[in-house]
Amino acid sequence: MAAILEITDDTRESRAWRGFAWSMTRDLNLAIRSKAELGVQLLFYVIVVTLFPLAVGAEPLLLRTLGPGVLWVAALLASLLSLSRIFAADYADGSLEQLALSPLPLPALISGKIAAHWMSTGFPLVAVSPLLGAQFGLTTDEGWLLALGLLIGTPTLSLLGAIGAALTLGLRAGGGLLALLILPLYVPILIFGAGSIEAVRAGLGASAQLSLLAAALLATLVGAPLAASAAVRIALD
Amino acid sequence: MSSIAWFRLASPASFFPLARRLVPWFSAGAAVLALAGLWLGLLVAPTDAQQGDAYRIIFIHVPAAWMSMFIYIVMAFWCAVSLTFNTRLAAMLAQALAPTGAMFTVLALVTGAMWGKPAWGTYWAWDARMTSELILLFLYFGYMALRNAIDDPRRADRASAVLALVGAINVPIIYFSVKWWNTLHQGASVSLTSAPTMAATMLAGMLIMAFAAWFYAIAITLIRVQAIIIEREQNTRWMGELLPWIR
Amino acid sequence: MKASGLSEFMAMGGYGFYVWTSYVVAAVAVAFEIIAVRARIRAAVKSALRPDRAVPVADDTQ
Repeated sequence: MAAILEITDDTRESRAWRGFAWSMTRDLNLAIRSKAELGVQLLFYVIVVTLFPLAVGAEPLLLRTLGPGVLWVAALLASLLSLSRIFAADYADGSLEQLALSPLPLPALISGKIAAHWMSTGFPLVAVSPLLGAQFGLTTDEGWLLALGLLIGTPTLSLLGAIGAALTLGLRAGGGLLALLILPLYVPILIFGAGSIEAVRAGLGASAQLSLLAAALLATLVGAPLAASAAVRIALD
Repeated sequence: MSSIAWFRLASPASFFPLARRLVPWFSAGAAVLALAGLWLGLLVAPTDAQQGDAYRIIFIHVPAAWMSMFIYIVMAFWCAVSLTFNTRLAAMLAQALAPTGAMFTVLALVTGAMWGKPAWGTYWAWDARMTSELILLFLYFGYMALRNAIDDPRRADRASAVLALVGAINVPIIYFSVKWWNTLHQGASVSLTSAPTMAATMLAGMLIMAFAAWFYAIAITLIRVQAIIIEREQNTRWMGELLPWIR
Repeated sequence: MKASGLSEFMAMGGYGFYVWTSYVVAAVAVAFEIIAVRARIRAAVKSALRPDRAVPVADDTQ
C-alpha cells in the first residue's frame, strides 16, 4: 500500500486511474481468495430462482410469463445480499480510513472496489442467467436478451448498492435497512430490465429499454462513486 | 435581509422562539382553511355526473398526495442546505418534516384505495401514480430508518441527507419508469389523474384543502422541530434557561 | 347548497362507506400526529429537566 503513495506523475486524472486500477486489483485478489463465499452468492441466486416454480407450480405457460420477472428480482436480491462485502472488511480493519486519507481520489478507489465487486458477484449472474431462463421456458433469443439486460443492469445495481453500503457502514441494523434504502432505487432497473423481454414478446423490440438501462449505467457511473465517497467520509468522521 | 441576520437565524437557539411564535398562526390558518374547504367540498360542490358522491374523496386524496411529494422536495432541499453549509438546524428541519410527509403519503394511499373501489371496482389497481406513491413511502421510511439506526446525531444528519438527495434525484426516474411499466402492462390506463371534469367549486375546494394541508404541515413541523431542538440541544445554556418556561 | 336531509348526506349517494372512511382516516391521522408531537415535546422537556442531569455548560455558538 505504501508504494502507491510514491507519486511521480501527479495529475488528478492519472491519480484517479491509478487509484481505480490498484483498488480493483486489490479487491479482486481478495475476492479470489474467498472463492467459497462467491460460490455461495451464486448459489443463492440459483436457489431463489428455483423457489418460484416450487411456489406457483410448474405449469409452463405460467413460468414463461413469470420467468423474466423472477430472474430479475432474484438478481436484485442477490446483488443486495453481497453489497456489504464492498466496504465491510476494510472498515473493520481500518484500511478504509487509510484509503480515505490517501492522495488518490476516493471516488476512484471506490469505483475500483465496485468494479471488483461486480466482476465477482454480478457477472457470474449474467453468465448463469440464460441457463436458468431455459428452466422458465425462455427462448434462446430471450435468454440472450436477459443476459444482455443483466450485463448492463447489474453494474448499475452494484453502483447504487455501494451508496447504500457506505451509508450503513458499521451499523447494527444490518441487511434489512440496506434493502429498504436500496430497493426503491433499484425499481427502474427492474422495470426496464424485465420489461425488455416483455416488450420483445409483445413484438415491440427492446431497444428502448436497453438504451434506458445503458443511460442509467452511465449516469450511475458518474454519480454513484461521488455519492458513495461522500457517504464513506460521513461514516468515518 | 442582511446575510448576518440570516445566519443568526440559522442557529437552533434563535430559531426556537420564532418557531413557537409561528405555530399558532399556522394552526389557526390551517383550521380556517380546512373548515372552508370541507364546507365547499362536502356541502357546496355538486354531485359528479359519472362518479356520484364518491369523488368527494379527492378533497382529501389530492391535497394529501400533493403534500407527500411537496414535503419530500422541501425535505431534500433542507438536506442539501445542511450538507452545503454544515448547519444543524437545516438537518433538524428535514428530520422534523419526514414523519408528516410519511403521514400524508399513507393518507394518499388509503384514500386512493377508498376512491379506487367505487370508481374502478378495485381497491388497488397498480396504476402508475399509486405505485409511485407507495415507493415514495418506502423512501420516507428509509430516511427515517437510517436516521434511527445511527446513534451519532451529526452522522445521522449527514448520512440521511445524502440518502434524501439520492432519493430526490431518483423520484422522477422512478415515476417515469413506473408510468412506462403501467402502460406496457395495461391497455387502457386506469389513472387516478382522470379526475372528473371539475366544476369551479370542486377545484376551489381542492385548492383550499391543499392550502389547509400546507399550513397544517408547517404548524406540525414547527412543533416537531421544537421537540427535536430540545432533544438535541439539551446541554446548552440557552436551553437550560429556556426549559422551565416551556409548558 | 344540497337541500337534502342529513341521512342523504351521510349516504353520499351510496358511497358513504368509502367517503366517510377516507375523511375519518384523515381526521384520525391528523389527531394522532398532533397528539404524538405534543407528547414528544413534553417528553423532551421532561427528560431535559431531569434532576440528575448535569449542569449545562456549553454555550450554543453556531
